[in-house]
Formats: sequence, structure tokens, C-alpha cells
Amino acid sequence: MAIPKVCGIETEYGILVRGPVGENTRNPVSASSLLINAYLAANLRKVGWDFEDEHPGSDARGFSVDDLLEPEIETHLVNAVLTNGARYYVDHAHPEISTPECRTAREALVFDRAAEEIVWASMQAANALLPAGAEVLCHKNNSDGKGNSYGCHENYLVAREVPFGRIVHQITPHFVTRQIVIGAGKVGCELSGVSSSDVPFQISQRADFFEEEVGLETTLKRPIINTRDEPHCDSSKYRRLHVIVGDANMSETATLVKLGATSILLAMIEDDVVGDDLSLANPVAAIRNISHDPSLQRLVTLRNGRRATALEIQWGLLELALKYERSHGLEPVGHDVGREVLSLWEGILTGLESNPESVAHQVDWVAKRRMVEAYAARHDARPGDARLKALDLQYHDLRRDKCLARRVGLDVLTTAAEVHDAMTNPPLTTRAYFRGRCLAKWPTEIVAANWDSMVFDIGREPLRRVPMMEPLRGTAESVARLIDESDTPAELLARLGS
Amino acid sequence: MAERTQKQKPTPSRTDEVVEAAPAVVGGSEKLKAELDDLLDEIDDVLETNAEDFVKSYVQKGGQ
Repeated sequence: MAIPKVCGIETEYGILVRGPVGENTRNPVSASSLLINAYLAANLRKVGWDFEDEHPGSDARGFSVDDLLEPEIETHLVNAVLTNGARYYVDHAHPEISTPECRTAREALVFDRAAEEIVWASMQAANALLPAGAEVLCHKNNSDGKGNSYGCHENYLVAREVPFGRIVHQITPHFVTRQIVIGAGKVGCELSGVSSSDVPFQISQRADFFEEEVGLETTLKRPIINTRDEPHCDSSKYRRLHVIVGDANMSETATLVKLGATSILLAMIEDDVVGDDLSLANPVAAIRNISHDPSLQRLVTLRNGRRATALEIQWGLLELALKYERSHGLEPVGHDVGREVLSLWEGILTGLESNPESVAHQVDWVAKRRMVEAYAARHDARPGDARLKALDLQYHDLRRDKCLARRVGLDVLTTAAEVHDAMTNPPLTTRAYFRGRCLAKWPTEIVAANWDSMVFDIGREPLRRVPMMEPLRGTAESVARLIDESDTPAELLARLGS
Repeated sequence: MAERTQKQKPTPSRTDEVVEAAPAVVGGSEKLKAELDDLLDEIDDVLETNAEDFVKSYVQKGGQ
């Protein structure tokens, strides 16, 4: 039985400081700290992250790799929890925001957009602290064009009882081919030995950086399936599938379909209706070959010997999903959201097949490619021309007056009001509600927080840790009244019975 | 948000759109071309003035 597909998205933003500042300020770690601290100082008191629960070295395949990896999170860096339930921190020399846990892809889209707005607000706050003429730039992209990549990860709740091997085999064809729907596009190629005249434009920001099918790494030899087994909830019941193979999207449609289609397919895998017909013979080669061919004609080989295009594989997956909708319904992903996602997904595949330009208002790589090619034609710019790479970078620029994604006519699925609300208020439908509301109401009495617990200071020893091991407990429906009616955390905890 | 909303379209049923596309495509592509010309004019204004320096200076540390 498929379980509710609680999901979230975490984005590492590109960061650059320009103007009259010293080396220290230019350093990306300092710049990221400045950015986040400026936002926190302007907006709220900082509550620290609690690392009690972090086990990034745990491996879903069941063997211990403690000797292989240091914990990836550097505890001395800025790390804060926001009142919307998100985490805002410095990770690997980038500012990163993890959205709160959301009940649907649609909610997660709103919180991903809110994260962009938080970074934008942070840029304003940081610039006010920098000398005149200096500014901090943030980009929602995944590569600098010079071989350095940073991630946009998705997280999905899946049932522990589903064999991990089944998830690996059955979701991989989607992870390899979904880029034709949700790829963010890239000018040039970052594989050594491949020139910009060989690959002037490719579909995905990230495809060049995947070297393994399955593995625990996220920064080197990146795997298509990441095996990090750190559920941040009851590990006897759940996994958190940590997906590192996606691009950061500027198109809201792309973010919605990315999260929604993957959620539906994971529910289908839980219900064991997917099968292995679409398994690929060589996923790593396929992910690159597909990315390097915006004409969408290239064939990849399936494990059963058949050859198919990415589009054919996406149609195959969509057809299975439509069949699943008829046989099982879409309750695990939310019925209305699931229906919207299937309809968008189908429309995009139809458009890609007949006339890709027709989906330039939905698909990032199509919008970017159209812009880059038109610019190259007007200015007679050849592959390798810096202006084309500048267009690529500026597509993702979060400065409103410079951002090109804002100018290409992408559909907007959210409202300004809901995005603004999501900058400070948590989703109502997951435990993030409890986290966010408590932080907003009792910022000084919360000593630390993380995904699955909060530590309260109730004015007398000892500190009290409240475990939150169920992602769907602590919702507005169950705790809003308790929080509203409690004057102090001590009263709240007494009423929670903990 | 406001800047983005200007070109917002309602979410139509894609299947319908494709079915009725045949005559509309010609007019649609004229419109698309005009939009693209406007976009290129705008890009000439907002693209980094020294694209080469900007691209060269855009160096990130690898992340996850």
C-alpha cells in the first residue's frame, strides 16, 4: 500500500560577491554566512539547528560506511530554522534552503518559490551591509560552466517495507529520462574532451556530473540513485528517498511536475505496478546521451534489448501512471494535485513530440534554448561565445532586474500572496506546522530544532526534547488549537502529555 | 511575482490545444516571433555589459 508522499526540496544557490570588497568577503563560505545572517538579523531571532539526528553516513543498502565519509555538515557554519519550518544554512560553500516537509508537490512548489524570495530578501539585506558599489549575486542554477556543480535535491517519504532494490530498478528510468520535461538547460558541456561545438546546448544542468548508478556520495562520483539512509523520522516505517539527480528549476510548471510525477511513480512502486520493462542497459551513459541531444532523437538501449528515445520512455511511464490513476486513484499524492500533474506531464510530452517550442512557457530547457539560439542568430554568436554562457547564467539570476527566466514568458502557477505567506508561515499539513508555529511563538524558549525533534527550555532543568517521528503528526488540524491556547511552552508540553 | 505574472496564461487542456492547433499555429508563430524580438531587445538592455568578464569571474565551489 502506497503511503502519503510527503516531500520537500533543497536547493544550493550559486553565490558571488562583486565590487570593492576584500578576499575574505569574496570567499563563498563567508559570503553565504553574510547572506543568511543578514536575513536573520533583519527578520528573526536565530534558532540553531540540532545535529542529534544527522547520520549522513547511513546507507540504505544496509552496510556501514562510517570509515568512508565524514559527516558532511560543518557544524560551525550558519544554520538556522525558519518560522515556515524550513532550514536555511551554509552547505559546501553555498547558501542552501531546505523547504519544510510538504504534503503535496503543489505545496512544495509554493515553498520552493518562497525559498527564492527569501534568498532575494537576503541579497537585499546583505547588500545593505556591504560597501557602496558591492553586491552579492545568487543564482538558482547547478553549475558554473567550469566543472563545478551544486545540487537541487528532492526528498520523498517511502515505505520502509518496500525493498530498496525495487525502488532503484524501477525509478531509475524516470530519473534518466525526466530531464526532457524538467531539465533546466545548459550552454556547453563540462565533460573533459567535449567542446562547445560538439555540444553547444544540452538539456540538463546536472547530467555531466553523474558517474555511477547507485551510491552514497553526493559531491564526487555522483550516483543517479543516492543511497543516503537518513529518514529523519521513524526508520522502522519509513525511508526518505534523497534524490540528487534533478536540476534547479525556474519554471514553476517544471518544479511541480518534477515533484509530482516522481511522487506518483514512487507510490506506484510501493503498490508494485511498475515492473522492469523500461529498465535501462546503461543509465549513466543514457543520462548524458539524452542530455546532449536536444533534438530528442537519440536512442538508448533497454535491458531487454529494445531501443527507445527518452520521449518514448517518458510516454511509457506516463501511461503506467494513467493506468494507476484508474486502478488505484491518486490519494497518496493528493487527488487534485496528482490529476493536475498528470495533465501537465501529458501536455508537455505531447508538445515535445510535435513542436517543442510550444512548451517554451513550461519547460526551462526549451525556453532557454529558444532564447540562446535567437540571440546567437541576431548577434552572429558562435558556440563558445561568452555572451551565450552569460545568457545561460543570467537565466537563473535572482536579481529581478537581471533575471532572464522572468522575461521568457514562463507560466506562473502560484500567487504572490501564497508565496509571501510561505516565507514565514509553515504548511498546515505536516509536522512542519508544529515546528514553525512553536518557533514563531516561543523563539527564546526553543533551544534547538531539527527535522524530527525540538528542544524546549521550560525554565527549569532539564531541557525537554519533543520527538516528532511521524511526518504527518503535528499538523494544524491536530495542534493549532493547543498552540493557540498555550501561553508558555511548559503549558504546551503539559497539554501534549510529554 | 508581478513581473512574472504579466505573461501568465490560464492552464489549458494541452490535448485540446493540440487538436485545434492546425490553423492557429501560423498566427501563433508570428506572435511568438514578435515576442522573441521583444525579448531580444530587452536582453540587449539587461545582459551583463562585459559578458566575458562576468562569465570568467563566475566560479563556484563544487557542492553536493
